[in-house]
Amino acid sequence: MEKQWVDMSPEEKQEEMFNQWLSPRDPEGNDLKFQSPGAQKDYIERVTIIKDAIQMKKLPARVPVIISPSFFPCYYAGVTPQEAMYDYDKLNMAFRKFLLDFQPDTNIGSIGPGPGRAFEILDYKLYSWPGHGVPPDSPYQCNEGEYMMADEYDALIEDPSNFFITTYFPRVFGALEGLKMLPAATGILEIFGVAANFIPFGLPPVQAAFKALMEAGSEALKWIGAVGALGNETMALGFPGTFGGFTKAPFDVLGDTLRGTRGIMLDMYRQPDKLLEAMDRLTPIMIKMGVSAARMNRHPLIFMPLHKGADGFMSDEQFKKFYWPTFREVMIGLINEGVIPFPAAEGHWNSRLEVLKDIPRGKTLWMIDQSDMLEVKKTLGTVACLAGNVPSDMLKLGEPEQVKDYVKNLIDTVGKDGGYIVCNGAFFDEAKPENLRAMVDFTREYGIYE
Amino acid sequence: MNKDLVSTIADLNEQEALKIVKDRLSAGEDPLKIMEDARKGLEIVGERFASSEYFIPDLVYSGEIMKLITELVKPQLTREEETRKSGKIVFGTVRGDIHDIGKNIVTFMLDVNGFEVIDLGVDVPEQKFVDKIKESGASIVGLSGFLTLAFDSMKQTIRAIEDAGLRDSVKVMIGGGQISEEIRKYTGADAYGKDAMAGVTLAKKWTGVN
Repeated sequence: MEKQWVDMSPEEKQEEMFNQWLSPRDPEGNDLKFQSPGAQKDYIERVTIIKDAIQMKKLPARVPVIISPSFFPCYYAGVTPQEAMYDYDKLNMAFRKFLLDFQPDTNIGSIGPGPGRAFEILDYKLYSWPGHGVPPDSPYQCNEGEYMMADEYDALIEDPSNFFITTYFPRVFGALEGLKMLPAATGILEIFGVAANFIPFGLPPVQAAFKALMEAGSEALKWIGAVGALGNETMALGFPGTFGGFTKAPFDVLGDTLRGTRGIMLDMYRQPDKLLEAMDRLTPIMIKMGVSAARMNRHPLIFMPLHKGADGFMSDEQFKKFYWPTFREVMIGLINEGVIPFPAAEGHWNSRLEVLKDIPRGKTLWMIDQSDMLEVKKTLGTVACLAGNVPSDMLKLGEPEQVKDYVKNLIDTVGKDGGYIVCNGAFFDEAKPENLRAMVDFTREYGIYE
Repeated sequence: MNKDLVSTIADLNEQEALKIVKDRLSAGEDPLKIMEDARKGLEIVGERFASSEYFIPDLVYSGEIMKLITELVKPQLTREEETRKSGKIVFGTVRGDIHDIGKNIVTFMLDVNGFEVIDLGVDVPEQKFVDKIKESGASIVGLSGFLTLAFDSMKQTIRAIEDAGLRDSVKVMIGGGQISEEIRKYTGADAYGKDAMAGVTLAKKWTGVN
């Protein structure tokens, strides 16, 4: 009899997650039909070299190469970010062209830009997107603010979902203001609870909010239909997806989404215990978010964009107290379920490296931006697979020869014993196409392990 | 007693600092002297940031303490504070980019180091920089940006300053997450700063302040 999931060790679960990634399914749940035997071979080879690089047990056949752009595929294909967010045919055209022209080992997918019309229906405030706060040819950008007030920690800790629905949503989505009139779902008990607690659903502002939710939902469904179709089409051509979902470090959930940079930094001094308690409360929720996405998408890599733990954003003492413990706990929670945390350490993280290496070996993948790559290799790199470090300024302004030299040096040093994936260091909108081509083609040609 | 306010602010002791301010105000002390001490406290915060003893959260917190002190003292102020600013700087995040964390840190540091900073905010069009330079007579311009597309906006802003005939009267510094010497050359800026302190050092050098 096959071993049950609950009886498996984290290693066995990881193997199983990789096996699922290696045997993709179509939307109906059947084995995916590859376009050709060659495409299937490519797919398996690509997943296998990434798996070997991550696990650090044996040398991969070659150094994998991936590209993580933000809106670059749009600019490259002559599609504005605004068009990509409102016209899903143009969106897919751009991301398909990007993938097929550059042929990296994974497909970032066309999920990044998102459904502009849904954001519009919801009157989303946390981001400005092209045509709504930034010009049509600009990417979307975050409007940080205090969407949770300093005195609302108890409400968040007590019932995070209820806090999100009845307090956060009405602030961050103009069209969902009515939701603040909703009762707690847990009050719907017995026949009396049903009667009393359904009254708010009859009120016009609540009904208007639900109408907006339904319309935004329909738009999101239309959008994911297009995004999913491109994902399946490119998988059938032999390209695995870059990641299976995302989650976040609890400090960033509070700092990016709820309290804002200024708010959370003041909380570190004025109410550190509440901040720590809230992060503890969010930790299992962030684990579950990553694990569910990985299982649903049969893909073990769960992306974690890291923001406020970078060098300078706090002292090392503060990092060890506020940022690291729950970030690590989320990673361990994912690892225990066979999932590979894929954190992106954008900017510089040099002073954190000794702390970061306290994780199990061969179970994570790190996108590194401008940190000193040799130091990273000596510390974090002894236990974790690294990706990235090809600089944004070089991709935009350098020459292909420079990119090749840079990548060669990375492969020779960081990639020497495996555990390295060639990739750009930070998400980017602009680059010279010939530089990206040089990054991919040179890696293919040079990055073969004997 | 005077020294106490300076050091409590420098040590980020919010409650204590506010108490001292209240006590000194009720003792009838000249509010301007209180503000002067508070400013000295902030200067020390800036120095500690420069020597990597303090980090961004400390700057943010000290700014918040200063805001509360100013709120307490302001109603008592009968005359304007004398400005002892050592140079005017026009600052902003360039067109198409709305990131402001980095910009706010540099402008804070320039301010505590005695510069008059005219902060134009984010997504600032080229012409707005040009107009403000003309209007204020600033001798330094700071361009901030986080996105790769900010490289071009910076370049175009500097071009616009040039076209307006102002390039020789200002020094331009740029900064942001992905900015490097290569980007400086590309944009035509005079220098780039890797962090907030580099911005202060440049401004001091350009204005001849020690």
